[in-house]
Amino acid sequence: MNDLWHFLREPFQFAFMQRALLATLMVSVVSACIGTFVVLKGLAFIGDALAHASFAGVAVAFVMGGNIYLGAMVAALVTALAIALVGGRARVSFDTAIGILFVGAFALGILIVSRQANYTVDLFSFVFGNVLGVGWNDLLLIAVMGLVVLTVVALFYRQLLFTAYDPTMAAASGVPVGIVQYGLLAMLGISTVVALKAVGIVLVVAMLVTPAATASLLVRRVHYIMALGAVIGAVCSVIGLYVSYYAEVASGAAIVLTATVLFLLAFLFSPRRGLLAAIRTPVPGG
Amino acid sequence: MRKRDGLIEGAAAPSLQLRVEAEEAPVQVRGVWAGYDSHVALEDVSFSLEKGSLVGLVGPNGSGKSTLLKVLLGLHRPWRGSVRVFGEDPAAGRRRVGYAPQSELVDWSFPVTVEDVVAMGRIGRLPGRTAVRTTFWRRSDSEDRRIVGRSLERVRLDALAKRPIGELSGGEQRRMLIARALAREPEIVLLDEPMAGLDAASQHDVLGLFEELRDEGKTIFVSTHDLSCVAGCFNLALLLNRRVVAYGPPSEVFTHDNLNATYEAHLMFLPFEGAVYARHHGHE
Repeated sequence: MNDLWHFLREPFQFAFMQRALLATLMVSVVSACIGTFVVLKGLAFIGDALAHASFAGVAVAFVMGGNIYLGAMVAALVTALAIALVGGRARVSFDTAIGILFVGAFALGILIVSRQANYTVDLFSFVFGNVLGVGWNDLLLIAVMGLVVLTVVALFYRQLLFTAYDPTMAAASGVPVGIVQYGLLAMLGISTVVALKAVGIVLVVAMLVTPAATASLLVRRVHYIMALGAVIGAVCSVIGLYVSYYAEVASGAAIVLTATVLFLLAFLFSPRRGLLAAIRTPVPGG
Repeated sequence: MRKRDGLIEGAAAPSLQLRVEAEEAPVQVRGVWAGYDSHVALEDVSFSLEKGSLVGLVGPNGSGKSTLLKVLLGLHRPWRGSVRVFGEDPAAGRRRVGYAPQSELVDWSFPVTVEDVVAMGRIGRLPGRTAVRTTFWRRSDSEDRRIVGRSLERVRLDALAKRPIGELSGGEQRRMLIARALAREPEIVLLDEPMAGLDAASQHDVLGLFEELRDEGKTIFVSTHDLSCVAGCFNLALLLNRRVVAYGPPSEVFTHDNLNATYEAHLMFLPFEGAVYARHHGHE
């Protein structure tokens, strides 16, 4: 018993592990909240795109000696706006527009960085994430940006829900659907940047999508999905950090893989939506 | 006829001003042309809808029925012509309009309950009562809840209020969409094929509800393929095939020539005891 307590306690005696835990918990809550809309509306590709595009901002901020988070956020927001503007307007499909824009922005980031002699570690922690290197300033920034996202979602929850569910009806009811959709993309951009430090550009989309998708297999109302998604994200964060500490593996990857495993379990064993339940009793009409 | 009844009933002390307003048709469409890119969906459409009338919108697929409803809701801007809803632009007038889309266009796998969806009908009903009035924690006020409950009762779905929408039958789905339209407490109700695929009992219920709403002085405009329903229960029928073929009481406008012009002679019509049966040429 004492051994177990020691095993559980040991990693979090270190300040950097405590900060990592705090950061991933906050990221889990914010990601689940926005991730629920991402899952319901099939925006995963856009989330991935915003994360990659933010690298351009990271690079510019790095070269100019500015705040890297701020750079990432500006790049993510500009890309979100560009996606919304180009998609549907030009004779280019939405998917294609996103693909072109985010790879372009990512390439711009690489181009800028490649001119620098000493780019190595700092920037690559953005690509692959380094939650163990989160400082108090980073924590404060995550908290503030997360709070902005949560406040906006809480205030405009009905409008967001209505627009996600039925944009035509929402427009007919006088909801400013265009503004709501831009707003959701902007919140997605901010959430992406919030999650960057924890898991890195490549894995951000997993934090947004996987816990919410897992929750959507288990509960069936939007705000329950948000709440359960946050809990699942938090559990994955804790397990991932233990794995990372004891197995000496990358923390972001450990967190994301834990989330993947939980998703697979839910996918197989969910009482109503699981694969096994579906095999046993074919549901008419899904 | 009913219009006059309503006027006398509601005329406790009407000023002249109010009287003039009440007599103006809630919906007025004049010379509307509309379409998508180069495809013309509506050609020179003119008509008006009176208060307290139950009007059937009849026409084949692709005749512009859904486009016309979207124009009335201000969701689709016509190329030419004018549309007035209560004397206003449709985008302003639509706060007094309830609308139920075709149920095929609704995402039935979305994780919301029947009550959640009907409560959406309350959003944006009054100008200035939007945005921050409701939040995640205060999703509806007591008045909203009361009206949502009453709307569900009217379509007899109150027992299923907490049911996820994915578990509804086809008839329940359509009744839920009607309840959402009613939750706006509308003066005009626009319904896009609300009776498609209903069994006889549900259809009877829904028609009864339409008549009830009409008798309360509301204007009900229903697109449908069911000609005998329109012939049996509706005050007026608007025959549409991109242009208005005919508009008037079903007994007058459901003539062989009009129906053939509407359906471009694909059908053969058999009037029978006030109902109309349509049948494909060449079959049987």
